[in-house]
Amino acid sequence: MNTKIAIQNLNAYYGKEQALKGIEAQIPAGGITVIVGPSGCGKSTLLRCLNRLLEETNGVRVTGQVLLDGEDIYARKADVTEVRTRVGLLAPKPFPLPMSIYDNVSYGRRIHGLEKLERRNGRSLDRKVEQYLRAAGLWDEVKDRLHDPASGLSTGQQQRLCLARALAVEPEVLLCDEPTSALDPISAQRIEEQLKLLSAETTVVIVSHSLRQARRLADHIIFLWMGNLVESGPSAQMFSAPRDERTRAYLYGDIG
Amino acid sequence: MKRKLTELFAQTLMGLSLLVVIGSLALILGTVIWKGLPALNLAMLTQVPKGGYYLGKEGGILNAIVGSLYLAGGATLLAVVVSLPIALFLQLYANRSRWVQFARLSLDLLFGVPSIVYGAFGFTIMLFLGMRASLLGGILTLTLLELPIMVRGMDESIAMVPQALKESAYALGSTRLETSLKVIVRQTAPGLMTAILLAFGRGIGDAASVLFTAGYTDRLPTSLMDPVASLPLAVFFQLGTPFPAVQQRAYASALVLTVIVLLTSLISRGLTKRLEKHIVR
Repeated sequence: MNTKIAIQNLNAYYGKEQALKGIEAQIPAGGITVIVGPSGCGKSTLLRCLNRLLEETNGVRVTGQVLLDGEDIYARKADVTEVRTRVGLLAPKPFPLPMSIYDNVSYGRRIHGLEKLERRNGRSLDRKVEQYLRAAGLWDEVKDRLHDPASGLSTGQQQRLCLARALAVEPEVLLCDEPTSALDPISAQRIEEQLKLLSAETTVVIVSHSLRQARRLADHIIFLWMGNLVESGPSAQMFSAPRDERTRAYLYGDIG
Repeated sequence: MKRKLTELFAQTLMGLSLLVVIGSLALILGTVIWKGLPALNLAMLTQVPKGGYYLGKEGGILNAIVGSLYLAGGATLLAVVVSLPIALFLQLYANRSRWVQFARLSLDLLFGVPSIVYGAFGFTIMLFLGMRASLLGGILTLTLLELPIMVRGMDESIAMVPQALKESAYALGSTRLETSLKVIVRQTAPGLMTAILLAFGRGIGDAASVLFTAGYTDRLPTSLMDPVASLPLAVFFQLGTPFPAVQQRAYASALVLTVIVLLTSLISRGLTKRLEKHIVR
């Protein structure tokens, strides 16, 4: 198993309160890793450490290492925008950028200058926008109104637009923070399907508070409990034969 | 029963207060139109004052109209160039530090400084530099006058941007500058425009700060170093004459000033409407 992300002795503090306590975990390349655990156990905090988005919150301190392909993203010479380009994020609630559907998808490509490259290769940005809207399963619904404001889409459509927007930057890892929590069941199902397809090529890391979702999607599981990592491993083993007493209790609904 | 009465009393008070505001606006507009409209004619808008204008003879206030547009337009442009970076810095780059709190406090204090003090300050600086009352001097002084209200207006409007929207942009690998210019400015365009308009309104309506710094002249300015007239001062000078015909022209000038502010406001609102449809809530 190839390790895409190695988390080493990771601690996170909100002011004086410690939210993550010495996390040690590996996220394999490819497939879907789901971070589970009860509310407030640090799932989202851990996820947001992986693309250094956590530090945008006031009063946060992070120590330890997160190795992406062996290189520490918290190293002094690491470029935070490059980290976030390689590690994309799908937030719990969709927030389209204040521009058209087309511009939302092409935004990342434009700021990273991927557009010029395409022109040289003779491929147009239009084709890329179509490709990623298709990948997010949104193309058929928006192909006739690409230049309408993204804010006019339904929540479910907006979330798929956010997925297309994240994919358009061609990240190596896609982080998803409870990606279906704001969605109706049908929209949620579509997002799950797209994530499954996607995980063939990209490493997908999902935070979920739903064990059923974890069961449906996960190849690997990371189980957090009050800021501590309790157990991690292949999902088949975690669900059939959890090693830790707390994992077993959580899986059978005794705690959490 | 007592609670109902209290509620009724509170509602009446609120209604009356609102009436005072709307009533004042109506009365001001009414007075300016009633007293000014009869004196308003094409000559007033298209001619500069001719000999004996201030005694009631021929001419117009084109010098003041052009002067005010130059002064307030120039000052507002300059103020935008300075305010937007400050507001973005306060919100996106340094929102946590003590210096930022201090900067906000300074701006609020500056906003409270009376405009005649800006005029006197500008005048002192100009004397020191050996400048005379001029368009440039007026523009720079008005810029100072407009800055605090513009920065704080922009600051408040950018503060309303949801953290999640900023994070959306950061998560795509945007730098702070890209997030500021491509996302935040678009999202807050109507708010920024309101701040700009407030500042423009304050600038174009102010008499005291341009009195010494821009001066007054019956001619149209041909360079930045020429003195210029302005509408508030045109109102002031004409109202100060003992001739009823000239006093009426003062009201006409006030009407022109009001219409300019209203038109600017309507046009720029129309322009921001086009951006407004993209705003994410």
